[in-house]
Amino acid sequence: MEKSYIVKQISIFSENRPGRLAAIAGALRDAKINIFAFSIAEANGFGVVRALVDRPEDAHRTLTDLGFRVSFTDVIGVKMRDEPGGLSDIASVLGDAGINVEYAYAYSGKDGAVLILRVDQVEDAVRQILACGGELLAEPSR
Amino acid sequence: MDCWNRDIEGMPTEELRRLQYRLAKRLVSRVYETSEFYRRRMKEQGVRPDDIGSLEDVRKLPFMYKRDLRDNYPDGLFTAPRDELIRYHVSSGTTGKPTVVGYTKRDIENWSESLARGFSSCGLGKGDVFQVSYGYGLFTGGLGVHYGAEKVGATVLPTSVGNTERQVELMQDLHVTAIACTPSYLIHMGEVAEKMGVSIKNDTDLRLGFFGAEPWSEQMRNRIEEWLGIRAYDIYGTSELSGPMFTECAEQKGIHIWGDLALVEIVDPATDEALPAGEQGELTITMLQKEALPMIRYRIGDLTTLEEGACACGRTHPRIGRLRGRVDDMLIIRGINVFPSQVEHTLLEIPQVGKHFQIVVDRKGALDTMLVRVEVSEEAFSDKITDLMVIKRTVEHRLRGALNVGVEVELVEPGTLPRFEGKSKKVIDRRSL
Repeated sequence: MEKSYIVKQISIFSENRPGRLAAIAGALRDAKINIFAFSIAEANGFGVVRALVDRPEDAHRTLTDLGFRVSFTDVIGVKMRDEPGGLSDIASVLGDAGINVEYAYAYSGKDGAVLILRVDQVEDAVRQILACGGELLAEPSR
Repeated sequence: MDCWNRDIEGMPTEELRRLQYRLAKRLVSRVYETSEFYRRRMKEQGVRPDDIGSLEDVRKLPFMYKRDLRDNYPDGLFTAPRDELIRYHVSSGTTGKPTVVGYTKRDIENWSESLARGFSSCGLGKGDVFQVSYGYGLFTGGLGVHYGAEKVGATVLPTSVGNTERQVELMQDLHVTAIACTPSYLIHMGEVAEKMGVSIKNDTDLRLGFFGAEPWSEQMRNRIEEWLGIRAYDIYGTSELSGPMFTECAEQKGIHIWGDLALVEIVDPATDEALPAGEQGELTITMLQKEALPMIRYRIGDLTTLEEGACACGRTHPRIGRLRGRVDDMLIIRGINVFPSQVEHTLLEIPQVGKHFQIVVDRKGALDTMLVRVEVSEEAFSDKITDLMVIKRTVEHRLRGALNVGVEVELVEPGTLPRFEGKSKKVIDRRSL
């Protein structure tokens, strides 16, 4: 039950210099892979590009074949009310349950707002959010 | 001529050569009798102590290399009884194993004697206050210079390296007149002093210094002398010889290699043949009087020339010119010798990164910086930045431990580092002297 709400995010190691994002995005474009959401985390000299895509397995293979260091990471996507307090609702549920957020990013599109989370106890987080009446993105059909 | 040891320093050339022959003969007989290593090497070469019938015959002896020290780690090449040793120093090796050098009481005395002659030849003596800003400890620089400076009667201020503002304060307060350190550290000190509002030229008593452990140039000397208002002398040595051991004299026309302590040859690295004066080759030294760790025809790896003719100072001993580079890929980072093979060896022990690497050496202000680029391995790649930072810091920590020099690590994308292009691409040295 919980597992079907765990989404596979692809994470790509990238040097922090011009053209690296273009190389990654170009590769996904050529493979006709759509990106729902993405973020860049940066550190000293390097970064990690994180993306939710429609075909994660294909994206992983495509980028690996091009020489990128790629991994899958389990994340969850929580639908939020696109109005004041939307984030607060979800953050409170997780905080009350003692679940720590390692990183997060969000998008707001035509079907509402979604918060993407990497948490330390992912199955527990899914249970807690569902129990409070929250809605989660489902893993794209394989 | 103001000499520390007039009889030796001004010895007529022929007499000096006869002395060198007697010392070489004695050395070869001794190591043949006492050392399994030398006996085996000489047998392989087909040479016996009796074959040394003139000074030129030393060329019949086999060469020694740094790898001989590594292969016989830690003390397989020592020829003095353990309890005759009064000190060890340790320097980096080419791979995981460091190089251990040992000294008898006499070895320390000869080392100090050698420096005392050099320091005196530049006018240093009683009444001088000598700040030793070489590192003290396993590195030979600090203690070596310290003993030489004490021997000539100078007052030693053993500041070692670092805490530069305090060094400048002490230089002023204790009226320091002489200093020894790497040339780059001196420049750093000069810059720090200026930030403190202190001009070394106008606000201190510093009048001369000995700079070495890393290559520098005549241009750098001119800049230092003009900027800091001092006389800047070259000092040379490696731990295998004892440590920093030989200096220029006041003429600044090459480094005097005291012939009673060391026999110099300049060897063509390609043919192993001895080269005449004036031609550049690999410095090869036989330490004629070392007891604990004699080095015979030791190929140091530094490229230089033998200077022709006698020095205007009147000293008769051979002189070598400025160091022109290395025969191998050894780097000198803030005075510390670093071999790319040490980096490779260390990385092989860290599974989180691949075995490929690139070293970028640069100079920020006056100080050398060393950057090592590595690739994160597939297994270790995490999408959490904190995990990647731990890998970066782990590699930095391990490299610092292995090299004795601070290193910054950069994580790069897989496949971007040079693979098969050979050593030249593995090291990018952006420093200019």
